[in-house]
Amino acid sequence: MPNVILDFEKPLLELENRIAELKQYAGEKGIDLEAEINILENRLRDLKKEIYENLTPWQRTQLARHPERPNALDYFKLLFTDFLPLCGDRCCGDDPALVGGIARFEGVPVTVIGHMKGHNTKENLARNFGMPNPEGFRKALRLAQQAEKFGRSVISLIDTPGAYSGAGAEERGQAWAIASNLFAFSRLKTPIIVIITGEGGSGGALALGVGDVLLMLENAIFSVISPEGCAAILWKDAQRAPEAASVLKLTASELLSLGLIDGVIPEPLGGAHRDPEGTADNIRAEIRRRLQELRQIDAEQLVAARWGRLRRIGCF
Amino acid sequence: MLKDLFRKQKRYITVRPGTVPEREEEKEPLWIKCPGCGEILYVRELEKGLKVCSKCRYHFRLSAPERIAATVDDNTFQELDGDLQAVDPLSFPGYRSKLSSAEQETGMRDAILTGQGTIDGRSVLIGALEPNFVMGSMGCIVGEKITRLIERAIENKLPVILFSASGGARMQEGVFSLMQMAKTSAAIARLHEAGILYVSVLTDPTTGGVLASFAALGDIILAEPGALIGFAGRRVTEQTLKEKLPPDFQTAEFCFNHGLIDLIVPRNEMRQILAQILSLHSERG
Ligand SMILES: [Zn+2]
Repeated sequence: MPNVILDFEKPLLELENRIAELKQYAGEKGIDLEAEINILENRLRDLKKEIYENLTPWQRTQLARHPERPNALDYFKLLFTDFLPLCGDRCCGDDPALVGGIARFEGVPVTVIGHMKGHNTKENLARNFGMPNPEGFRKALRLAQQAEKFGRSVISLIDTPGAYSGAGAEERGQAWAIASNLFAFSRLKTPIIVIITGEGGSGGALALGVGDVLLMLENAIFSVISPEGCAAILWKDAQRAPEAASVLKLTASELLSLGLIDGVIPEPLGGAHRDPEGTADNIRAEIRRRLQELRQIDAEQLVAARWGRLRRIGCF
Repeated sequence: MLKDLFRKQKRYITVRPGTVPEREEEKEPLWIKCPGCGEILYVRELEKGLKVCSKCRYHFRLSAPERIAATVDDNTFQELDGDLQAVDPLSFPGYRSKLSSAEQETGMRDAILTGQGTIDGRSVLIGALEPNFVMGSMGCIVGEKITRLIERAIENKLPVILFSASGGARMQEGVFSLMQMAKTSAAIARLHEAGILYVSVLTDPTTGGVLASFAALGDIILAEPGALIGFAGRRVTEQTLKEKLPPDFQTAEFCFNHGLIDLIVPRNEMRQILAQILSLHSERG
């Protein structure tokens, strides 16, 4: 059971508690309550389906931001072996809001990078809530260029509210760091798989987002502005974020139908935070399939196709 | 074509270096107060001086047509892709009416004017963002027109100059806008591989997703004095930090002092500096 329960999950919590109580009671008293428990468990399954298959964009936003949702290091552990963290931008420092290194995916060395959120306030303070400074973006670029040199594919996991907007970030060229990543990743001669696992917040997300395939977890979001920011601009009222979430078309299924992403990776019923292993299994299958395809393409062609994908984006 | 733009123009008057601009609209105010020094300035005089305050050198914003006219040689500008017009891919509330009032106000179809012209006789592909069209924001049209301009530059081996004046990515086109950052940056990466010069000029204001993409990627980056230049809005940063920021925070001068741009160039010297850059790149060393 997660510690943080979202509003729309509360009916589930109540049912789950009742089932647990019944089971405990039956055990203590030695009474057979299996029929009753079965009925409740069926109802729980139906309710779960009903709730999670009809999530509003705002509810998905809440799931995408759920503090217990697996973060980059959780996924590194679940998806890879031999993870070796590599640090620093070789200029100013190491950014704890963006992690990366080398690991093996099903035996093959790959370079992994990702925004890093915490699961609680203390961790989040240490990770700056997953909002990188320029050092983080520069580290990601350094690791990706290293991957190109050694012929490793890059797996990039996106989960950030956005790039950090501090005075120091401005002084050290936040915008320049993001732009440099967009520029350089577009020409890297090695396969790049991008997966938005949680929050894909604007330019800070996009800085890790240029690759050969762009995938999203079912309950991840990807947006040019936060729903709160959008509501503040549209209606001068950040409280109307739930409405803004619908307007922005930020869910995986909406973005897929707009042709802006290449695929949606399903999450187990109840969301990634209720079943990190099951979620990782789905991600693993997708990475395996995509890597197999991409590794067969010659580097020049790969880069040309990457450009072709970006070139086509636009409506007019 | 540029003439048509001026004719539709309501807020701006043509500025051609060395010529006296004609008054287009009778109801234009005759006087304007300088936000820099508070001086009351005669509009006609201000326009003769490229909209720079004669007292304090405050740089008023230029519209995209004014910017192009102030930069290229007379009668050499030929607009490209002027027919491209924004659609409303997300059916975003209020977007269509925002577009049509922006069109009325500025006489432009979207927030950028691109084309080919010469500076001191040298051919360039040039673009200028229009700060008054939905805050100069980048949606699909801005991204597409910049990309086409760069493709033409690669094809014809001509240098590119882009003047930025923008609030960032256009919210109303959602992730389509966001992806224009990647598209324009990737286009510039190809321009870079082709060995072609790209000069980025940052003018007031250059922020958000425009700064964090093509505007930051110039081989040479120039800025106008006093221009607001930064990634996050000043208010956002102040809220994040819960403290007041220095007065020069996110200005051209701040960026210069932190090594982020090459030069601050006053408007009356911009043409000459651009001509010098083009000349220095006209042959291999
Ligand atoms: Zn003044």
